[in-house]
Amino acid sequence: MDLKDLYRDVIVDHNKQPRNFGKLKPADAHADGHNPLCGDRLSIYVNMSGDRIGDIKFDGSGCAISVASASLLTEAVRGKTVAEVDALFHKVHDVLTHHDAPVDTDALGKLAALTGVRDFPARVKCASLCWHTLQAALHHDAQAVSTE
Amino acid sequence: MNAQLHTTAAWDVAAIRRDFPILQQQVHGKPLVYLDNAASSQRPKAVIDSMAHYYQHDHANVHRGVHTLSQRATDAFEGARETTRRFINARSVKEVVFVRGTTEAINLVAQSFMRPRLKPGDEILISWLEHHANIVPWQLLCEQTGATLKVIPITQSGEIDFAAFESLIGPRTKLLALSHVSNALGTINPVDKFIGVAKRIGVPVLLDGAQAVPHQSVDVQALGCDFYCFSGHKMCGPTGIGVLYGRESLLKSMPPWQGGGDMILSVSFEKTVYNDLPYKFEAGTPHIAGAIGLAAAIDYLSKLGMERIGAYEHELLEYATTQLSTIKGLRLIGTAPHKAAVASFVLDGVHPHDIGTILDMEGIAIRTGHHCAMPVMDYFCIPATARASFAFYNTHQEVDALAAAVRKAQEMFS
Repeated sequence: MDLKDLYRDVIVDHNKQPRNFGKLKPADAHADGHNPLCGDRLSIYVNMSGDRIGDIKFDGSGCAISVASASLLTEAVRGKTVAEVDALFHKVHDVLTHHDAPVDTDALGKLAALTGVRDFPARVKCASLCWHTLQAALHHDAQAVSTE
Repeated sequence: MNAQLHTTAAWDVAAIRRDFPILQQQVHGKPLVYLDNAASSQRPKAVIDSMAHYYQHDHANVHRGVHTLSQRATDAFEGARETTRRFINARSVKEVVFVRGTTEAINLVAQSFMRPRLKPGDEILISWLEHHANIVPWQLLCEQTGATLKVIPITQSGEIDFAAFESLIGPRTKLLALSHVSNALGTINPVDKFIGVAKRIGVPVLLDGAQAVPHQSVDVQALGCDFYCFSGHKMCGPTGIGVLYGRESLLKSMPPWQGGGDMILSVSFEKTVYNDLPYKFEAGTPHIAGAIGLAAAIDYLSKLGMERIGAYEHELLEYATTQLSTIKGLRLIGTAPHKAAVASFVLDGVHPHDIGTILDMEGIAIRTGHHCAMPVMDYFCIPATARASFAFYNTHQEVDALAAAVRKAQEMFS
């Protein structure tokens, strides 16, 4: 286990300069996520373009893993259909939670940088918060998401 | 126990550390530096052995059998109650109720003492500094009774605002419930001043002593409080055991809080007669081994001396405060002049949760998050802090390791 594996350059970079940070007003879909254990809070805003995600932004505050994960997510899902996002969500969820799940770098792209998290079980929730929040936004689950 | 400890003035921390088996280990290849004592402290071998001995030789149910083991178990359990009574200077063992912990003690007082006494419009007064355990039971009670929860604000240094307190307490106030020592910030509240005002106008006082009892001597009679609650596991004792001290006249006036065995004198379907104090509040088989372990912890702490423990921990806190203050971009949260050995802090550009992981890889255990005191975090407009909390077995070298690891965290994100 190495810290450099958790805090890869991509993670540190996206934490320092989160992409697509801010609000969308108005937004077609929006959800709030909260990780009560560490106090991470984030909101995701989505505008659809036909059946694809046209624009996506997030804001909030959290640890490096949760901010970087949200930032990477916004880049990864733009232009995707809800079904494609669902498929990606399951892939990400798999590599975060299963120690021996193969890392499909082609499908994951930059998201593969998150796989170091699986060696730090206490931090998996940080990385997955934004994904659960996006799921809630896309599937119109008004209840605020909590990873607890 | 090292006999040398009692005969020399110096604090022989190396000898003390040998009493704690858990401290003799490496985490991620580094010596464990355990600085999460405010969440839960570690146990000396004397405590672990006392519980093992009980289970290996003396276990049976208490207050029931005529057989030898039951008598031994009862003697050990009631002996633990007397040890606890002496430790906090309660007048009588009737005033020492064994519970699961501070949380249960507060809930017991809320439901058994306060609930029958509260009417809509009455007020419970707490402070902004409280642990959730001294907030939520009162919120539940207010929902149940129509009473109102009033909160005394705090200051930038993390102290309860005394002037605001004086304006908030009044004829509607039915209880003042305060932490003796803040878990999130370490502030030692001048509770005697608050109790003095409350007593003058006849308001009963509950103190949450979970963070105070492990670090200073507590005399419930000198304090003059009506209820005092604390937990075993924060004072080198077992988890699952805690104490509610209550003034005898008040405990007598309160209905039982849970029904069952042990809390009765006689039961028929027409009428049940409740047991005497403190058994009225101890329904069911108690945590016998927990009480025995708690007494062993009290004996251990008492041998070291609470005054000496407090003095050494204060020295550690001052050293930690100095060392951490040299780190650029680090801000201590909670800067009251009177503090227990807690250093809560935030660091520019590094979230507390990341600090926690980076420190863990250095073998250093701290708590990160809201410390079950979300209103305190809200007051300082921060989502979380990193909190190093010290015990008498920590060393100056461990403080150095903490400061070095915090610098390392800063570098990783620079």
